[in-house]
Amino acid sequence: MALQENKTTLEVIPRNEEKIKKIWKTALILLILTSIEFVFAFTLPRGILLYAIFIGLTIWKAKYIMMEFMHLGEEAKPLFYSIIVPLIFLVWLVIALIREGSDIFMMRW
Amino acid sequence: MSTTATAVGVSPKRGIWGGGNEPLKASYGKLMMWFFLLSDIFTFAAFLISYAAIRVSYPGYAGPAESFVGSNEYWPVPELVFDAMPFLHGYHIPLAFVGLMTFILIMSSVTMVLAVEAGHRNDKKDVVKWLLWTLLGGITFLSCQAWEWSHFIHGTDGGSVLTYVNRLGQVVTETVYGANLLVNEYGPAAFAQLFFFITGFHGFHVTIGVFLLFLAFYQAAVGVYEGRGHYEMVEKIGLYWHFVDLVWVFVFTFFYLI
Repeated sequence: MALQENKTTLEVIPRNEEKIKKIWKTALILLILTSIEFVFAFTLPRGILLYAIFIGLTIWKAKYIMMEFMHLGEEAKPLFYSIIVPLIFLVWLVIALIREGSDIFMMRW
Repeated sequence: MSTTATAVGVSPKRGIWGGGNEPLKASYGKLMMWFFLLSDIFTFAAFLISYAAIRVSYPGYAGPAESFVGSNEYWPVPELVFDAMPFLHGYHIPLAFVGLMTFILIMSSVTMVLAVEAGHRNDKKDVVKWLLWTLLGGITFLSCQAWEWSHFIHGTDGGSVLTYVNRLGQVVTETVYGANLLVNEYGPAAFAQLFFFITGFHGFHVTIGVFLLFLAFYQAAVGVYEGRGHYEMVEKIGLYWHFVDLVWVFVFTFFYLI
């Protein structure tokens, strides 16, 4: 019975076109960033600069997905920081493993 | 989106973390999804950073693109390996197919966020519609990946002549076609191993995502969430699905671009 009552009280709120427009705008930004990566892959010479551009654009895209699609920016600040701050450990992992890899390269070749 | 009032008045003595209220202002399920995703970020990061470490331990292919041949002596250039398209056998169309896969996954993420938005408005019709599009996107992506794997495993017409240690422990020099965990025609053995592990682990996540999406689609369509009074399940599955897209963005960069 309670279920029945619930069903009738659940009211459909009309679309907020502004919000929907923002979602499509974010999608467009993501697609444009991906296209830029795609074009750079064929036009720029391979090297540190190109890799840095790729990683920068990727992190930029990740920011849009997390903030706009996953609504992390709208969560309470303690929740936001408890997700973002632990990622600092990855900085150490990147430095440690890239160094290790280069050292193996030196020993092998 | 909790429907019951849980917040007990915060006394100045206890403060916001003293218990009796929700300091993070999110439901239990959503919090746990976030912390699961955080742990999953570390798993994928470990995979991708290992890829980078192994990659820098090999010399890269430095010659001209036209005369590229696979060898286990140097790391291949991704755009010269991933250059096949279904129905266009033998053509060199670098990265177009993975570009298409990326497009499909980003679009399915967009339809997912539209489904979540419709859930906030209790609009059953829109939720069902957008979940169906997301489901279609997920299945299409998985099918593309199946083709990609099959092509990678079977290899090119020419193959590559490699010297390697075979299953019996003998050093052999022969033409190798395609890829397995022991040897592959594209590059060092680690190249195919990492390809299988990283894209496979991601594909496994997408597969689970497709099951979850189907669950949400079915439950939304038969009115389970309407009876429950909220569409929070769509939101939680949405978080997971966006995460799968997020990981692909990184896999795309590290595997196919760099």
